[in-house]
Amino acid sequence: MMKMLSQSPARNVFISAGLFFLLLAFSVPAAGTEQDPEPKRQRELIHLLVQDCGSCHGLTLKGGLGPALLPQDLEGKDNEYLSEVILEGVPGTPMPPWNVEITENEVRWLVRRMKEGEINDR
Amino acid sequence: MTVKYLIRTFVFAALLLASSGSLADMRGSGDLGVIIERASGSIQIIETTNRTKLFSVEGLGDLSHASVVFSRDQRFAFVFGRDGGLTKVDILTGKIVKRVVQGGNAIGGAISQDGKLVAVSNYEPGGVRVFNSQTLEMVADIPAEYDGGLLSKTVGLVDAPGNKFIFSLYDAGQTWIADFSASNTPVITKFTDIGLLPYDGLITPDARYYIAGLFGEDGMAMLDLWHPEKGIKRILDGYGRGEEPLPVYKMPHLEGWAAAGGNIFLPAIGRYEVLVVSASSWKEVARIPVHGQPVFAMARPDGRQVWVNFAHPKNDVLQVIDVDTMSIIKTFKPGRAILHMEFTPRGEQIWVSVRDRNVVEVYDTTTLEKITELPVDTPSGIFLSARASRMGL
Ligand code: HEC
Repeated sequence: MMKMLSQSPARNVFISAGLFFLLLAFSVPAAGTEQDPEPKRQRELIHLLVQDCGSCHGLTLKGGLGPALLPQDLEGKDNEYLSEVILEGVPGTPMPPWNVEITENEVRWLVRRMKEGEINDR
Repeated sequence: MTVKYLIRTFVFAALLLASSGSLADMRGSGDLGVIIERASGSIQIIETTNRTKLFSVEGLGDLSHASVVFSRDQRFAFVFGRDGGLTKVDILTGKIVKRVVQGGNAIGGAISQDGKLVAVSNYEPGGVRVFNSQTLEMVADIPAEYDGGLLSKTVGLVDAPGNKFIFSLYDAGQTWIADFSASNTPVITKFTDIGLLPYDGLITPDARYYIAGLFGEDGMAMLDLWHPEKGIKRILDGYGRGEEPLPVYKMPHLEGWAAAGGNIFLPAIGRYEVLVVSASSWKEVARIPVHGQPVFAMARPDGRQVWVNFAHPKNDVLQVIDVDTMSIIKTFKPGRAILHMEFTPRGEQIWVSVRDRNVVEVYDTTTLEKITELPVDTPSGIFLSARASRMGL
């Protein structure tokens, strides 16, 4: 069905449910998986962030159809929440799920990188 | 008439000639165009007769999602940047005539029927601002206020007959008409409850219908400009109902909505299909399965072909639909990130941006062969000056 979830309450439930499972997943210590992606993959991820996320969030991530994703906008937002939104998208809005392309490990690195800012694709 | 006067006139004329190049250098601007260099904040001015670059113009700010409209004499390009920059460029000399930063986060613009006003649609602060096209001084500010003071992002801004601008409010689900026919203080007509999350809008090539794409629902909102009193009508309600839509990695564009053979070809949302809709009944006539989520479906000016590009991650392919048989007659693989394409005014060539290869390719639309390619740094939008004489562009 394309009839989307109505705006907030359903969405919050969805996000909190997602968060809950993520937390569950993280509470089991994964053996040595907390590794940054390879440099080549890092460059690809930054390219994706600037060019493809940029088509909705602005090339400089200052915001567009989607909200701004600069360090000051992400400050105080939970990394797990941000990772979840990126991997699963936000149903009923244009924010698509990226889990086909970005792994959980990569998204954690990407979120840390986004919070640092100074993103440059060249 | 004094001698002094004659001499002065002569000197003035000579200066004028010297400054604008000799007569032999004079040219028209009907075969010129602008290509956006997305990452470097510059544009190239090209010509489509010999397919060469004429100028590179720098310093236009953030040009992601930039768009361009042309003055009615086709001499000036108004470039709308993402950072709210509005830049007026003389495409005959390759010089910036004037640049203002009018808002925080802009999404597109339009030029009025009489050519005197340029409007910019802003995400931030949400609303539309209107400028004198000569001076770029602001003449009207239209905040997109709804629900007692919230500001909505505005999308789908177009010009319409009668010196009007029409646009939609993404957050509020409304469409507004701003009528500038009487004065620079527009008369605003608001249509509320048009549907959830309008993400873009267009006016049909005959300038009769305004149609907003709705992200939040399965359908579109249509306004008949001959009968605005009848209000918004929903069309294509429930197309694809019962199917799980695929994720959309880039919002489809309605601007290039292709009208061909009495039908309109448009990108389906969340489906790997081009929808074919009757331009008289607004009912679905067919669906053409394509390679990915379509972004632009553009009709060749004679309406015989529709060219389609696709969203990430399938954006390395370009397909050509034959309108007569409604089937795909050619699939190209020019490289990653095919962002935009534009036909020459009579459609014998199409220019295609291939961002990740840093080239713009030119195809012959009869033989479907590549004619040439030009080096362009991260090319995105391609806008040819013939747009000057088309409503809604
Ligand atoms: C097709 C448009 C589109 C694309 C492409 C897109 N986003 Fe989004 N994104 C949105 C919209 C719209 C929202 C706001 C959703 C809402 O209303 O909650 C959003 C929300 C977000 C949020 C939540 C922000 C917050 O403060 O809560 C994050 C984080 C995010 N996007 C990251 C990304 C990343 C990373 C990418 C690329 C991998 C991406 N987005 C690509 C449209 C998009």
